Amino acid sequence: MFGYTFQWNQALARLPKMLDGAVVTMEVAVLSMLIGIAFAILLTLLRLSGSRPLRAIATGWVEIARNTPALFQIYMAHFGVASFGIHFSPFISLLIGITFNNAGYLAENFRGALKAIPDTQTRAGRSLGMSQLQAFRYIILPQMLRISFLPMTNQMVWAVLMTSLGVTVGMNSDLYGVTQDLNALTFRTFELFAIAGVIFYIITKAITLSARLIAARLFRY
Amino acid sequence: MIEIQNVHKSFGQLEVLKGIDLTVEKGEVVTVIGGSGSGKSTLLTCINGLEPIDSGKILVDGVEVHAKSTNLNKLRQKIGIVFQQWNAFPHLNVLENVTLAPRKVLGMGKAEAEAIAEKQLKHVGLGDKLSTYPSRLSGGQQQRMAIARALAMSPDYMLFDEVTSALDPQLVGEVLETLKMLAEEGMTMICVTHEMAFARDVSNRVAYFHKGIMAEIGAPEQIFGDPQHPETKKFLASVR
Amino acid sequence: MFDTALTTADLIFLAKGAGMTILVTAISVAIGTALGIAFGVIRVQFGAALTAPLTFVLDIFRSVPLLIQLVLANAFLGMVLKLQLSGFFVACMVLSLYTSAYCAEIVRGGIDAVPATTRRAARSLGVSWGQDMRYIVLPLATRVALPSWIGLALGVMKDSALVYVVQVTELLKSTQILITRLQEPLFLLMIGGAFYFLISFPLARFGGYLEKRWSND
Repeated sequence: MFGYTFQWNQALARLPKMLDGAVVTMEVAVLSMLIGIAFAILLTLLRLSGSRPLRAIATGWVEIARNTPALFQIYMAHFGVASFGIHFSPFISLLIGITFNNAGYLAENFRGALKAIPDTQTRAGRSLGMSQLQAFRYIILPQMLRISFLPMTNQMVWAVLMTSLGVTVGMNSDLYGVTQDLNALTFRTFELFAIAGVIFYIITKAITLSARLIAARLFRY
Repeated sequence: MIEIQNVHKSFGQLEVLKGIDLTVEKGEVVTVIGGSGSGKSTLLTCINGLEPIDSGKILVDGVEVHAKSTNLNKLRQKIGIVFQQWNAFPHLNVLENVTLAPRKVLGMGKAEAEAIAEKQLKHVGLGDKLSTYPSRLSGGQQQRMAIARALAMSPDYMLFDEVTSALDPQLVGEVLETLKMLAEEGMTMICVTHEMAFARDVSNRVAYFHKGIMAEIGAPEQIFGDPQHPETKKFLASVR
Repeated sequence: MFDTALTTADLIFLAKGAGMTILVTAISVAIGTALGIAFGVIRVQFGAALTAPLTFVLDIFRSVPLLIQLVLANAFLGMVLKLQLSGFFVACMVLSLYTSAYCAEIVRGGIDAVPATTRRAARSLGVSWGQDMRYIVLPLATRVALPSWIGLALGVMKDSALVYVVQVTELLKSTQILITRLQEPLFLLMIGGAFYFLISFPLARFGGYLEKRWSND
């Protein structure tokens, strides 16, 4: 009918390789989230700090992350830093780029979440003898993360989708990279990328679903 | 002993404390009454150093609260405070609310902290709510939890800042009963309150604050029976 | 300040790339918004059960990397259907659908934010469905949706950097071509990044301002 013969078997034979790629994709996404959350918390603290330069650095990070393409951020982490004689592997460049993006977006979410927590919570902690940092760590932070849980889930989905950009800096071990390499070998472009798309779809659905289950278990209050 | 010496405090243009002198002895219960904006709540937050003061001195067991060298976190361990808004930590259950500070501030082990917390929670009548989250408690229960939370730090002094003001009327009684119990056990307390009957029954001395000044202080019988200051008379007439 | 081999011709080349970024974004946002409004209204009007297939399809656009969407569309239209379509056309088509998927969510959120009681009150006054949508729902839903829509439009502009994969030379691709030739990656990337930033930052601020102002009412 189309004058084109779909050869799904040929593409499906490559599925194990693509699933290996999906594992790498998940590795990058999970690492970029964990490190990204840590940096986002740091950025949040810096934005609350009394030091003007520290606040400016944090705000600069957040605004650049939110107002330039993720692809630009990954290019920066790969080609940009090369100007300083620094050469990262594609994996590291991709990880840095996505982490930078995650941290910026999450820091903005965290700032919104903080507005929903009354100042009196910190005050109550301080009046029990806690230091400012202890009050943040034990009282504010858990509530902030809880309020930001849904945005964090969305960011995790974004992180997974962003891994596909690694190919632009020479990454070939992740799902997109593997698919691209297989495509160069077999030219079954549509079939291969359709399968990759389905795998991405399943991954993102799995993330949303497990986030819901985790939330139900974690947040009983 | 808490010694308050000629304390002045302003918020911007507004001077809320205009030279307060007050000494509270160990084991004494002092209630502070007065209209809103009289500075009585501010005084409490100055005593534990949550608010800075402009001039004067506050000494707790001889340690000057607002001196630069004072470790406020350490000092606050012996001054418990409970606010009008009970400030339950919503992400922690009742037991965790109470054990948090003993564990993180005093470095207590889990078992020891839980034993103390359970004892204090039973004391305020919440022994059966240990694993409940604050959102499932009434205001009165949350306020009693806040009291247990402060008591778990084994403070030498307790400050109560209008702890019944935000409660539904039918819940006021249970909280006042808890305060009364503490007073009878010999806790040194300063209570800012609008509950005149409570002030009369529980206090060793009652202080009347008016516009940043302590207009009058004396035994409850004297303040309620024979007020000297014209503003005290006016105030008491208005609340009766 | 910078010792650069960048020539005027190169700058014009970059400007063309920027123009392409703007053009692809403008077309996709315009078509995507129109489609998104239609999809959003249909979803609210016909209920979740009836529109489940539509919801499912739109969700795919939000769950599969845009890069794969572009490659798949290009392969399907070119290799399978053997259509001779320009990369520009494919880019705009995919980005429009991509935009519409997010826009439908925003529209649905906006309409849902209009209290049912308000709408019932209007309908009970004898107002028609069209009038209800035009005079009650539209103004109220716009307040909720506009800030998110600005965010979406800016997001599409940033995501349009991926259309290089269907041979459209937009700003970031132009930058990359120059990088390969001039070997001045940091300088060139900063020019490219600044362009996105200078458009996105003020508009994002404006969206945030609208959101704050309207949520305070």
